[in-house]
Amino acid sequence: MAKEQHAYEEFMKGLWRENPVFVQVLGLCPLLAVTNSAINGLAMGLASFFVLLGSSILVSLLKNYIPKQVRISCFIIIIATFVTVVDYSLAAAMPVIHKELGAFIPLIVCNCLILGRMEAFASRNTLRMSIADAFGMGAGFLFALVALGGAREILGVGEFFGLSLFGPNFEPWVIMILPPGGFITLGVMLLYFNWVEERKNQIDKQLAAEDGVN
Amino acid sequence: MGDLGWIFISTLLINNFVLAYFLGLCPFLGVSNKLEVSFRLGLATIFVMVVTALCAWILNTYVLIYAPYLRLISFIVVIASVVQLIEMAIKKLSPTLFRALGIFLPLITTNCAILGLAIFATNKGYGLWEGLVYALGAGMGFTLAIVLMAGMRQEVEKANEMPKLIKGFAFNLIISGILSMAFMGFAGLFSSS
Repeated sequence: MAKEQHAYEEFMKGLWRENPVFVQVLGLCPLLAVTNSAINGLAMGLASFFVLLGSSILVSLLKNYIPKQVRISCFIIIIATFVTVVDYSLAAAMPVIHKELGAFIPLIVCNCLILGRMEAFASRNTLRMSIADAFGMGAGFLFALVALGGAREILGVGEFFGLSLFGPNFEPWVIMILPPGGFITLGVMLLYFNWVEERKNQIDKQLAAEDGVN
Repeated sequence: MGDLGWIFISTLLINNFVLAYFLGLCPFLGVSNKLEVSFRLGLATIFVMVVTALCAWILNTYVLIYAPYLRLISFIVVIASVVQLIEMAIKKLSPTLFRALGIFLPLITTNCAILGLAIFATNKGYGLWEGLVYALGAGMGFTLAIVLMAGMRQEVEKANEMPKLIKGFAFNLIISGILSMAFMGFAGLFSSS
């Protein structure tokens, strides 16, 4: 039971408390490049999720056999293998989305989030914990991609997952689905997370002060 | 000349790697707080990009036609090792140049702009010269973007009325958004041709 709790903790950590995008600000390149619609964000998120999970499992199983000096190169080769698998599977199963995401599927290799998790977590923990961590971080990244893609699609086209939201009188903000919109939307979202953090600190401080008085 | 010149200008300004393709954001947001450092990082990036384009062309022409599924892995491994070798050579031959670029070279290799360059050049089917010009344009575009960004950030540092909330990543992203909007203006450059 205690172990169960622990794995759940790891999962929630990735999903919210240490969200890879909003809190750690990692993996920005694929994040901004493909999120001009929610569906692209979802596809990218699932692809990254699969790569993260697969490489976490493999690295965690092989951690005793990988020499310390060349570990980074080994991680990159493992990640690149999984990315190749995803690239070819997507091209076969969903050619339309594959074309839309284009060169950004191979670029999952350079996502510092994935390499970071290998180095900081999977190579130091048991298989169970690594899987929990990969699930959490993958889900957190997926959440960020869909949130960003959704926000940009709603403002930029007036649709969500292809469903029209506002009717024909809506004037779309074309800038939101163009590159500048990506930068600005993420900037505003980070601002929001900063604000939440700031408020939490203030409340904590207040509580501590009240405790002191009592 | 026409074709090569067009490739150069279009990667430099219109399809700027950082501001239109979102490649190489980590150094763009991370290392852009000092003007001089970011300029040197830009120079090192140009250098690595040209080397990458050369490696990618050699691999594409002689190796990958037999085994296309090895593309990604071989790009990463070959580019990283070649850059490492060149770093050692520079260290030996020209200590001055090494002091200017040295520390950045291994860092840049894992930058997604480098791999992105190799993949884009392959997807577009560029030959040797086109690839090299493409790399030069992309590298200079990166340098331009990061130097502009560093200049702005240095000025913003001087302002002391900034709310604490907005400092850091959030603000840098919004500056980049505005910069990216400015670069969109270049898109009209070739509309008539």
